[in-house]
Formats: sequence, structure tokens, C-alpha cells
Amino acid sequence: MNRITRSKIIDQLFKYFGILCTSIGLIMLAALLINVFSDGFGRLSIDFFTALPSRFPEKAGILTAWTGTLWIFGLTILIAIPLGVGAAIYLEEYTRKGFLSNVLEINIANLAGIPSIIYGILGLTIFVRTLRLGESVLSGALILSLLIMPIIVVSTREALRAVPKTIKEASLALGASQWQTIWHQVLPAAFPNILTGIILALSRAIGETAPLIMIGALTYVPFVAKSPLDEFTVLPIQIFNWISRPQAGFAINAAAGIIVLLGIVFVLNGIAVVIRQRARNKIKW
Amino acid sequence: MKQKTRLAEHVIKMILFLCALVTVLTTAGIIWVLFSESISFFQTVSLKEFLTDTEWTPLFTQKHFGILPLVSGTLLTTFIAILVALPVGLTIAIYLNEYASKRFRKVIKPVLEILAAVPTVVYGFFALVVMTPFLQKIIPDLPGFNALSPGIIMGIMIIPFVSSLSEDALFAVPQSLRDASYGMGATRLQTVFRVLLPAASSGIVSAVILAVSRAIGETMIVAIAAGQQPNLTFNPLESVETITTYIVQVSLGDVPHGSIEYQTIFAAGAMLFVLTLILNNISFQFNRRYRQKYE
Repeated sequence: MNRITRSKIIDQLFKYFGILCTSIGLIMLAALLINVFSDGFGRLSIDFFTALPSRFPEKAGILTAWTGTLWIFGLTILIAIPLGVGAAIYLEEYTRKGFLSNVLEINIANLAGIPSIIYGILGLTIFVRTLRLGESVLSGALILSLLIMPIIVVSTREALRAVPKTIKEASLALGASQWQTIWHQVLPAAFPNILTGIILALSRAIGETAPLIMIGALTYVPFVAKSPLDEFTVLPIQIFNWISRPQAGFAINAAAGIIVLLGIVFVLNGIAVVIRQRARNKIKW
Repeated sequence: MKQKTRLAEHVIKMILFLCALVTVLTTAGIIWVLFSESISFFQTVSLKEFLTDTEWTPLFTQKHFGILPLVSGTLLTTFIAILVALPVGLTIAIYLNEYASKRFRKVIKPVLEILAAVPTVVYGFFALVVMTPFLQKIIPDLPGFNALSPGIIMGIMIIPFVSSLSEDALFAVPQSLRDASYGMGATRLQTVFRVLLPAASSGIVSAVILAVSRAIGETMIVAIAAGQQPNLTFNPLESVETITTYIVQVSLGDVPHGSIEYQTIFAAGAMLFVLTLILNNISFQFNRRYRQKYE
């Protein structure tokens, strides 16, 4: 009997250990947020959003950074969504299982696992030097598009797969062509899930730093980018720049920049979660 | 009309195929870029020197091209990260799968996912500004840049990877195995350790390897908090430089295009690429194995 009681006690203890471990992540997240807010919240003001970078921490702002992030965001949407969704439709609806589809599949899984900095090396060589796009917004957006494309492909394929076969078959039986079926039936049905995947991928792109450092986005840019071929900087890089300065004032700026960046990322993630929940509640296949 | 539709169908299919082709071109591009520049690098530096020299000083006048200090820095921070992420992540997976109520799981999972959504530059800031000063209170001699602090923070970042992938693996274990174990009078914990973990082992190994690969390729946290000193050491209290940090360091500086210093980032990048590629594919193999077993 003694041994049984002991196992039961150990079982209970493990339960509390499980709760502890689960809360470690939450505690860390809370510590991070509290720290960043207490350091940086006082620095947030309209001036902080409208000021250019400066040598003096009190005068420096994130105007070039947030406009650069907006540029990158917009261009990445334009490039990555058609490419990613298009590739996913091809792989899911047009290829038959076989050697080629196997190769494509393994390739995409591998692309998703390549460190982001390697995409930076690729972009530096291909976009910046070979295609002579320079250290521009366009180069940055192209790199980030390639980086998040595997994520979009994987999530879009899952969304397409979740659409019941019967819908497709009914459409084809009525005489619709394959593309008509995809465009009028499959895509609308899969749309919420596709959108969720895209938003999560974009939120990843917004926070990426390393590949953009590779193409020289850390250099001092004293103006707001006006065309896709202008030099630029983005929020994470401005934050990195401020973190690497020794003066305490810049650490405060970095914290304030982080509040803005986290705000964007959390809003995007929140939207994605809401869309997914709504779709789940609505669909009754 | 019908012919027009058929033509359009064909064109659309071609366009979609080109989209899919981009993924193949990306891979080809990466391999071509890394290896073509690395070949010129290895014409100056022998592969033997690269793999066995114990010093990495391409940016100094006295140049040495031994990648080992960068590899040791990378492995050290990765090891610390896994030491944090594996026990915590696995325990979370076990707790959520076997102990927690459905409602609790539904609330807590998206919250844990947030940990993976936080940009890495933010974690880097956290490591440098919060974790390092905190550790310095416990270990007074700890330098401002060290392997321990970014390693721990990186571990926290990859907790969601380990926990959600392990959870999938535990979830795939058939209920009948649990029932059998409970029927024999085992407690939940005994069932977990003697039945579920062995049954889900290949899925969990797959998760851990993927997490290792993630940690090896992580850049910003170590670039901010681990330092920029190539250091052949396995002491977590020292400052180290990882492969990724080195690549960042070079691209921040003014290294002329085409010089041997410039080529080092491609050699280091190729090393990183090969390392993560091997790990990812081992992970896929393990993953496939457990999926075949139970599906």
C-alpha cells in the first residue's frame, strides 16, 4: 500500500511541476513586457514617431524605421502572397503524387528550416549585387518574401486540404473546369485559414532583423524612403542599432521601439487568432 | 468558348507552376551562392586549416581561418538553450496532454505560441538588459557578454517548438496503450514515463533535433548578448562568437567585396547551411517514422 501512496504523491508532485513549467514561459513573457514598458513607455510620444534618427538619444525617433517597416510590409504582401498561394495551389491541386511532388515537398520543408541569415547572404549576392537593386526596400522585400514563402505554402496547403472533396467533385460534376472549381469553390472555402497563415507569416517578416542587416539596412538613413529603390531601415534594425550603443539613453529608445514592434506583432497575431476562431465556429462541413 | 477556357486553364496552370518553381530556384540559388564563393575561399585557405586550426582571425593582420572557435561558440549556446527548452518544453507537453483540462489547454496554447512570435531582436534586448544583470547578481564575475545569458533566453524562445511538436507526438500515441497501462494500476506519471514517452520517442527526438537546428541558426540573440570574440571554449561564463554572429559582424563592417574577408562569410554560411540541413533531414526521418507507426 505504501508504494502505491508514494506513486500517487509523486504523480501529484509532477502535476505541480507541470504547472510550474507551463508558467515559466508566461513569467518570462510578463517579465519581458514589464521591463520593456517600464523602460520605454515614458519615451513614447508623437515626437518619437515623427523624429529622424539622431546622435542624441532624446532627439532620436523612429520615423524612418516605421515608414521603412510599412514599405517592407506592403511590398512583401504584394510579392509573397501571390507566389506562396500560387505555389501551394499548384502543389495541392495540380501535381500527382510522384517523384516530382516528393522533391518539391522535401525542398519546401528544407527551405522552412534554413536560418534566416542565409537568406540574407542569398539576397546580398543575387538582389543587391547581381541584379543591382542596391540596398533598397525592394531587395529587402524580395528577401523577406522568399523567407516567408515556405511558411505561406505550408499553411495554404493545409487550408486547401481541409476543404471537403465533395465540394470539388460537385463543382466538377456540374461542368466547371479545374480552375473554375478552385477559384469559385475551393479558395473561398479555404480563405479564412489561408489568411490566418499569411498574417502569421507576415508577422514573422515584420520582426526579422538578420537578413536585412546582411543587405546593409543598418547604415544611417536620414530620410524616409520614397520609392522601392530607396535605401531604408526598419524597426527591428533601428532597435538593434540602439541596443548596440553604449549610452543609457539609447537603451530607453530601444525599449520604446520594442513596445511599438511588439504592438504590431501582437495585433497581427491577434487578428490571425480571431479569424481562425471565427472560421472554426462558422464552418459546418 | 470551350477552347478559350481550355487555353486559359493551361496558362493558369503554367503560372502556378512558375510560382512553385520559385521555391526550387531559391534552394538552387542558396546552394550556388554559398558554394561558388566558398570555392574561391578554399583556393586560398585549405579545407584542413578551416576545419582544424583553432583560431579564427580573418579580420586581423595575422589571419587564421579555423572555424572551430565559431563552431564551439555555436554549439555552446545551443547546448544551453536545449538544456532549458527540453525539460521545460517536454514537461509542458506532458502536462497539457495528460494532466490539464481541455479548457486550460485551449487558453494556454495560444499564449505559449506568443513566445515564438516575439521578434528575436527583442529577446536579444531582454538577454542583454535583464538576464545578464540578473545572472551577474548570482555570479559576480560574469562578463557583460557571455554564452549563458543568450543561451537561456534562446532556450525560452524555443520552448514552444519543443512543447507543441512533442505534444503532437504524445497525442498520436493510441488511447489503447494508455488504457492498458491504467488498467494495470499505473499512475499517470508511470504511464507517461514507461509507456507514452517510449512510444512517442521518435516524434520527440524529431522535435528536439529541429529545436537544435533552430538554435544553431539563431542570430540576433547571440549577436546582441554573446559578444564578438571567437573563443574556443565550452565555458558558459565566457564571451563567445557564433557562426551567425560572425556573419553579422562582417556585414556590419566595411569589408571590400571580393576580398578573402568577404569570402569568409560564405564559407561560414556554407558551414551553417550544411549543419542545419543535416539536422533538419534527420528530424524529418524521425518524424516520418512515428507517423508511419500510428497512422
